[in-house]
Order: sequence, then C-alpha cells, then structure tokens
Amino acid sequence: MALVELIDVHFRYAGSEEYALRGVSLEAEEGEFVLLVGPSGCGKSTLLRVLNGLIPHFYEGDFRGVARVAGLDVPKTPPHVLARHVGMVFQDPENQLFLSSVEREIAFGLENMGLPRSEIRRRVREVLELFGLEELKDRAPYELSGGQQQKVAIASVMALEPRVLAMDEPTANLDPISALEILSLVSRLTRERGVLAIVVEHRLELALRFATRMVVMDGGRIVASGDPRRVVLEASRLVGFPPVVVAHQLLRNRGLIGGAPPLTPEALSEEILGVIGWRR
Amino acid sequence: MEAIVAEDVHFSYDGLQPVLNGVSLVVRTGEVLALMGENGAGKTTLVKHFVGLLKPRRGRVLVFGVDTREATVAQLARRVGMVFQNPDHQLFAETVEEEVLFTLRNMGVPPHEARAICDAVLREFDLARYRDRSPYSLSVGERKRLALASVLSYDPDVLVLDEPTAGQDYFNKSKIARLVNGLKRRGKGVVVVTHDVEFAAQVADRVALMAGGRVVREGPAAEVLIDAQAIAAARLTLPQIPAAAAILRERGVKLSRIPLLPGGLYAEVIALLDGGAP
Repeated sequence: MALVELIDVHFRYAGSEEYALRGVSLEAEEGEFVLLVGPSGCGKSTLLRVLNGLIPHFYEGDFRGVARVAGLDVPKTPPHVLARHVGMVFQDPENQLFLSSVEREIAFGLENMGLPRSEIRRRVREVLELFGLEELKDRAPYELSGGQQQKVAIASVMALEPRVLAMDEPTANLDPISALEILSLVSRLTRERGVLAIVVEHRLELALRFATRMVVMDGGRIVASGDPRRVVLEASRLVGFPPVVVAHQLLRNRGLIGGAPPLTPEALSEEILGVIGWRR
Repeated sequence: MEAIVAEDVHFSYDGLQPVLNGVSLVVRTGEVLALMGENGAGKTTLVKHFVGLLKPRRGRVLVFGVDTREATVAQLARRVGMVFQNPDHQLFAETVEEEVLFTLRNMGVPPHEARAICDAVLREFDLARYRDRSPYSLSVGERKRLALASVLSYDPDVLVLDEPTAGQDYFNKSKIARLVNGLKRRGKGVVVVTHDVEFAAQVADRVALMAGGRVVREGPAAEVLIDAQAIAAARLTLPQIPAAAAILRERGVKLSRIPLLPGGLYAEVIALLDGGAP
C-alpha cells in the first residue's frame, strides 16, 4: 500500500476565494525522494500541510477528497498522531529550535511522546551519530551555523522515526556545500531507512541529482510527475533548466547527442566523452 | 567610476573576535560585483559598512569620496540603496503602498511625483494588487520584492542586494537577473551578496570570494568562478558547467579554456570535433 495517497484533493483557505489545491492526486511509496517543484503560490506548501494534517485540522477552509498517510485517514486523525508518522522541516530552522542544547532539542519531541527514558536515550544517541552531531550535542542551537541548525532540526524530527519526511525549502538559506550535505543526508535516509522524503526546492542544480521522482505543480494541480530526466524537460516552462541540461540541449539540437538529459556535471562530462569518442 | 572603496577594513562586533580582517575592495558604477562565500564569511558585515550602518575599527570606507565616518546613514543611503536578506528588517508600514511612499518621502521626493513613482514600481514588481494590504500578509518572496521595490523607487547610484535569490522561484529569479542587468546598463553599481553560484555565473562581471573575514580572491567572473581551488577555499561549489569542463580536462580532453556558461562548453565541444575531423 502506498505510504502517501491523495485522491482528487481540493482545498480552499477560509477567507480566500480561490482553491489552493484543485484536484491533486498523488501516490508515493517508501524509499522515494520526491522533488516537488513549481512557481510560488502553486500549492506546494499547501500540499505538505495536508500530509501532516495541519490541513484540515489547523488551517480552516473547505477540504474535499481523500488523503491517507501511513494508512491513516488524515481528516479523521488528530495532528499529534500524524506527527509521529510525518516529520516537517521548514526553510528557517530558527523557528523550530528553542532549547538550550542540541541534545535537549532532539530529546524534546521524544519526551512529549511519553517514551521511556532508556528509549529516549537510545534514540538521541542514534540520531546524534547518524547526523554527525555528537561533538555539538552540548552547544546551544543559536550558536550554530545555518547548515548545522538545519541538521539539528532534521535530526530532532527524525528522532521520532517518522516514515514520511516533508521538507519545505530546507536549504533556501544555506550555502551550496551545506545544502548538498543536507540533501545527501536526506537521500541516505530514503535509501537506508526507507523514509519517503517529499522535498520542495527551487534550485534544481542542487536537488535534482537526489530525486527519484520529480513532481511539478502549477495553479493548484500536479501537471507532471515521474522520472526526473523526463520531467525536467517537460517542466522547463515553469521551473527552468539547470545549466547541464541547457548544454545537453545545445548538443542535442546539433544532432550530436540523444536521449534523456544528464542531471549532474559528472553525467554531462560522460556524455561529452561519448560524443568525442564517437566522432573519432 | 569608483563608487565605494574599502581600504584595509577591520571590524569586530565585540572588540575581541575579528569579523573583517583587512578587507580592501572597490565597487564601480556600471558593473555587477558578486560578493560570495559560505555562511559566516563576513559578507553581510562588509556591505553594512557601505551604508555606514557599521564603521570600520581600522581602515576606512569611502562612498563617492566621502568617508563613512563623516556622513550619516541617511546621507549615505541616498547614494547606496540596501536590500537586506530578511525583508522583515526593513518593512514596517501599515500597507504595501505606504511602505514605498514612506521611503520616497524620506528621500525628499515631492508628494505628487512620489505617487506616480510608487504606482510604477508596484506594477513593475507585480505588487499593485496588494497595495492596500499589510506587508506582513504577503509571502516571504513577495515581501522581498516589496523591499526591493521600495529601495529602487528613489533611484540610488549603487544597489546592494543581500541574497536576492534565496527562496525565489524560477520566474522571480529570472526577473531579478533581468533587473540586475538593467540597472547595470543604466550605469548603476550593483553588489550582489550571494552563495548561488549559478546566479553569479549569469549576472556578475566581477566576483570577490570571502573567507574568514578576508577577500581571498577577486577578479573577472569568468576567471574566479572557474578557479576550483579558490572556490573550494571559500567553501563554495563550482558552477555546473566549469565543473563538467574540469572533469573533461582531468580525463585528458584538451579544452582551450574552462567555460563558465553552457554556450561556452558547447563551443568547446564543437571546436574539438572540427579539429579532430579529417
């Protein structure tokens, strides 16, 4: 059974005339890294809010359709129950971190779940190690760099062992090395732990290489979904091309290269080596 | 023409831990300078010196020949417009329209002109439909555009944009790139603080890389952004095209140069094929 199942979901925020979601259907399985893209205001953040039940439980409005996450019917399941299955990470980790040490920050959600002390200790130790945060465990989150803070935010969400990780522009304020670190960490969680990650991100040049699926939204609808190497070509009108795809297109238009575009500099250079070899 | 000259600028917030460690840098009119480096490299601290929000502890900053120690922030702001990374640091009016009108009044623009200018910039930045709304009811991306519109409304000679593309979608990023190019063509000096290497590759004429409170490399964008060593020292990543070209060189492909943009790489490949043809 799909971990996330949305069927013809509509949602209109109270006080707004337009629907933010206009018939969204999406199925996603464990282990997928779904890159969710589209212009500002297309409904991406609204879709994430449906996954953890903020819609329809917290945001008032008109909700229609079917939303099931980890087998739970979202409109009928209280948000604190959904929170154990769906972890949310936002653009600005400062809004999520408020305790005096990294270790306490990570333990906080577990204490709230009422887990036994020994279990809390085990999980805190495990995520500190997984995220390479052992040395920072006694530091205050506000002393850390933006990249480190975002790691702590993800670590404290992952300590709850959610099966779905919903991330709303988690790297927007990070330098490229920190951003790549965060995204490859998320990719590892999907491969090694079967987590389903649904990640909103504008910078395709950073995120596309990690995606197992690319989903494009526009005007409250999903307009393309599937293999990133195919969808990246279909969606350029809405999200542009990363430079490696532009270079590939130029060579393709000249008839030198065929097939699906590369998503990384490494893959582009391989294709170019092929072109040069082929001509000689 | 030299608009801003920073000479051996030293700065520290607490008097102990140096944040700027002897920065020398020139900002010229008619040119886009990208100031790059990882989070915490000192970029924002440096540009705050350009409008006198911070004053050097040692060294000096000249804005159109005036030492920033001898001018008020209000005087400097007329020549140098600053758009902060977080728009909430500069928005405070009750409505979107009032935000822009306030800035114009503050800069001494007469009311009848201010009205027309305000209408024009709100249209240009796709904010006219929000004119009566509170800035805080807008999305982060929209608030960023409003901060930009407000500063551009009074037409300063130099624009400093701190992380203008962070969190912006493809359409707005392209719009910001066009805007930056347009400002340059009108002879403005533009400083873009950014760690978006692809955006810098697109818009910058010159790049200054900062690390540990120093400028570690400065020069034409086409030279600095392909310099793998300097980019690594600033904890950035090569843009995609130079990264691909560098791999080709490692694999023994004889490129005449490392290109910065897709068109350049395409030209290199074509040249190789033509050269290699019988």
